[in-house]
Amino acid sequence: MKGTAKIKALSALFAVTMLSATSITYMQTVKAEDGLKDDGLPNGISKVMVKPATNDGPLDEIFSGWHFRSKETKNLQKDDFENPGYLWVEQGEELWATKDGSEGKSCKSCHNDAAKTMKGVGAEMPKWNAKLKRPLTLEQRINTCRTESMGAKEWKWESSQMLSMTAFVRNLSRGMPMNVQADGPMKPWVEKGKKIYYTRVGQLNMSCSNCHEDNYGKYIRADHLSQGQSNGFPTYRLKWQKLGSLHRRFKGCMKNIRATPYKPGSDEFVALEIYLSQRGKGLEIETPAVRN
Amino acid sequence: MAKSKPRVKAPKKASKGDIVTIKTLISHIMETGLRKNKKTGKIIPRRIINKFQAKFEGTEIFSVDLDPAISANPFFQFSMKAEKSGEFEFIWTDDNGEVYSKKSKLTVS
Repeated sequence: MKGTAKIKALSALFAVTMLSATSITYMQTVKAEDGLKDDGLPNGISKVMVKPATNDGPLDEIFSGWHFRSKETKNLQKDDFENPGYLWVEQGEELWATKDGSEGKSCKSCHNDAAKTMKGVGAEMPKWNAKLKRPLTLEQRINTCRTESMGAKEWKWESSQMLSMTAFVRNLSRGMPMNVQADGPMKPWVEKGKKIYYTRVGQLNMSCSNCHEDNYGKYIRADHLSQGQSNGFPTYRLKWQKLGSLHRRFKGCMKNIRATPYKPGSDEFVALEIYLSQRGKGLEIETPAVRN
Repeated sequence: MAKSKPRVKAPKKASKGDIVTIKTLISHIMETGLRKNKKTGKIIPRRIINKFQAKFEGTEIFSVDLDPAISANPFFQFSMKAEKSGEFEFIWTDDNGEVYSKKSKLTVS
């Protein structure tokens, strides 16, 4: 018994030493673990990349949450058939052509073939809407279409239909770099998001940056902290056993630090989404990603 | 997701004696029957896929009895030695009595 305890203590010490080293050579570690060069990544998985100078963020390297997951989870995402997120993508494809509302229209009635008209759209969301004078996330844009053009009821943020449609549309941009506008009218929203990102909240008095900027690559108890990039959303989370939106993830994070979460679709979360998207600008869309 | 939708990935063609791999996935909530509704305090009734069967030309080649501990959207992968042409049939049985099935043809040359 004593011997095992000693080994355990030693290995714990070793783990601690290892951890302190990770942040310096994280990029190399990640690449070595995957056995991958940048061009050897499976289809639709974002490369480790040096942060473009235009992004507002202090990290030198940015990478997708994919690199922080276990081999088993990665394998689920690598194969489009095994990836359960595709169940939603397929449902979204059906919904695209399903008529709804008083106008008797479907998405297809206006936008035709999604594969052509929606390619790249998901990579640019949230996007400034000149008419409403505010940025709209993909979810909000879809609901605007539904209420204004289709005469249909809004979908709830976390409903199966909304998740399916956002997953379907974002999936059409898979492999394309995130490209959110951050200047012009979007500037105040980026600033607002940045402020939220760095503000400590909750009983644990933590901000987003405490985990995802200062300590990514390390473990917080059993959680392997990622950089908190948004390129894989909506994401199939094994914990949720279903697809979930980015705002649901935000809510989860806020609960973890014992804070009162903002509402999905609130201006605060929209601003945070915008700030995050521009932080990860250039990362390729992986929707639907698989995470644990 | 409201209705369960099966997905199957099985080869269409094979040479005699080949080992073919078959993958199946079905969307299903796999409600354990152990959780409570947070508002009412009542137990959410169990609803899982309790049996999965794969048949080839009517003969069972693979089957599983599922239990509540299995995650949502169960995925199965198994293999078979291709001896003759024929049709696969995949059958999922739901607790509520519903049966979902999907067929796929295999040509052996």
